[in-house]
Amino acid sequence: MKWRRDVAPPLVLVAVLVLGWFFVARWSGLGSFVLPSPGGVLRAAWETRGLLLEAIGTTMLATVIGLALALAAGVGLAAVVDFWPLARRALYPLLVVSQTIQILAIAPILVIWFGFGLAPTVSIVVLFCFFPLTISTADGLASSDPESIALLRAMGARRTQVWRMVRVPSALPSFFTGLRMAVTYSVVAATIGEWVGGSPGLGLYLLRSKNSLATDQVFAAMFVTSLLSVALFLLVRGIERVVLPWYHSSQRQEQWEGQGIY
Amino acid sequence: MTPRIELRHVSKTFVGSGRMVPALDDVSLKVMPGEFVTVIGASGSGKSTLFNLCVGLLDPDQGSILIDGEEPKSRLGKLGYMPQHDLLLPWRNVLDNVILPRDVQGVARSESRAEALEMFERFGLAGFERDYPSALSGGMRQRAALLRTWLTGCDTLLLDEPFGALDALTRKELQDWLLSVWQEFGRTVVFITHDVDEAVYLADRVIVLGSRPGRVVRELAVELPRPRRQGMVADPVFGSCVRELLGDLGVDT
Ligand SMILES: Nc1ncnc2c1ncn2[C@@H]1O[C@H](COP(=O)(O)OP(=O)(O)OP(=O)(O)O)[C@@H](O)[C@H]1O
Ligand SMILES: [Mg+2]
Repeated sequence: MKWRRDVAPPLVLVAVLVLGWFFVARWSGLGSFVLPSPGGVLRAAWETRGLLLEAIGTTMLATVIGLALALAAGVGLAAVVDFWPLARRALYPLLVVSQTIQILAIAPILVIWFGFGLAPTVSIVVLFCFFPLTISTADGLASSDPESIALLRAMGARRTQVWRMVRVPSALPSFFTGLRMAVTYSVVAATIGEWVGGSPGLGLYLLRSKNSLATDQVFAAMFVTSLLSVALFLLVRGIERVVLPWYHSSQRQEQWEGQGIY
Repeated sequence: MTPRIELRHVSKTFVGSGRMVPALDDVSLKVMPGEFVTVIGASGSGKSTLFNLCVGLLDPDQGSILIDGEEPKSRLGKLGYMPQHDLLLPWRNVLDNVILPRDVQGVARSESRAEALEMFERFGLAGFERDYPSALSGGMRQRAALLRTWLTGCDTLLLDEPFGALDALTRKELQDWLLSVWQEFGRTVVFITHDVDEAVYLADRVIVLGSRPGRVVRELAVELPRPRRQGMVADPVFGSCVRELLGDLGVDT
């Protein structure tokens, strides 16, 4: 049931799109240099599988390290901002500005600072990902219901208990929304870092393929990047469902769907 | 006997956005052990403020509040408090919601769950242990909030309009149920309502708060026998109590 409702529709759509792509590539006369066929892309991926796998490994390592750091930084900043209103006023504008930094400019600078290798790529991932995490966690913390907090205080709860029993749980849905956004950006962020910094990974694979006009490999790298992003997204979604069963039990939502209210 | 709660000349004024809102003015009252006291007053007469003062969420500007004859450093955690909105936590199922006060007190989950489960039948919640609050009806939510208040283990329970949002039928059913639980376990109840019939039907004593600022304008003992029956609303004593209270509240009778 669940499978037919949630999984089948996108799969069918993807199949239709790939089929369309196949026919366009085959009969439009565009040539594989402009638009390689799905089969061509698969073949290119297979032929360079050694390189590709190594690149995936390097990129994912940078992505995961970057995400972990962004998570620590984002949640930490959110907590600071929440505890300390002055910090909120001081930091918020800076946080927004940090997202407007020209990545094409900062990436080479990071390479100059950190040299080639993981560090510059990791920094780019952190730069991309800590923002949605900070904002969503801070908003989540700010959204906790003051009346519920008062109720706990009336029960004699200490401040730490209020945090554990009300503030953190009520911040979790928003936090996970931010995390889903962050992981979706993260892989692309890593490849951009590698591309600009010229450090090994999918970004460099992409750069080299582009330079040697291997369009099919460019497509292959693009799909691999997307697949990795989607995989991370689904992983977070899965964790979310386990951690927030109440949020996703959504018995009511399904009732509504059944009634055609949506 | 020492009163469970005693207020001596308590005043409270809110200061906000350049305005002073006097909420309570020179309120003195006592609640004796085992008593069922209802507090009635118009909206904005300071009923909820009275409770917030008693439980220690607010401090009086003047006057003193005694719990069991003493003036404790902090009143937090000394009284069972059921706020106007049920405030069930959406991420806890019913069972874990009602044991919240036990969690706060540091009681082990297994122990408090077992203790709570014993009361589920009595509180009409059997079968709903694992449901999330979002799946409950309004009446069920109130029962859960009441059980949560019950499990504070405090002798004195302050209930702020627990049945305010319920339909008349459910409300009557819950009134009788609450009275039976109260009689069975002999705790002290202070019950806020703005429904005169409800105030009289439940109470040993009705305290009337006048409006702006809230003052005690009257304390009325209800001389109806216990256990109460819904049929007693036809009793002349009931009628005269209601009439007097309506008069105190400024309603033409
Ligand atoms: N935190 C606050 N800050 C400022 N004014 C407040 C605050 N809390 C209550 N008041 C004011 O104090 C007065 C009494 O409020 P309270 O909530 O105690 O009334 P109530 O009798 O419980 O009303 P209701 O029956 O509608 O619940 C109101 O005029 C209200 O606006
Ligand atoms: Mg109120």
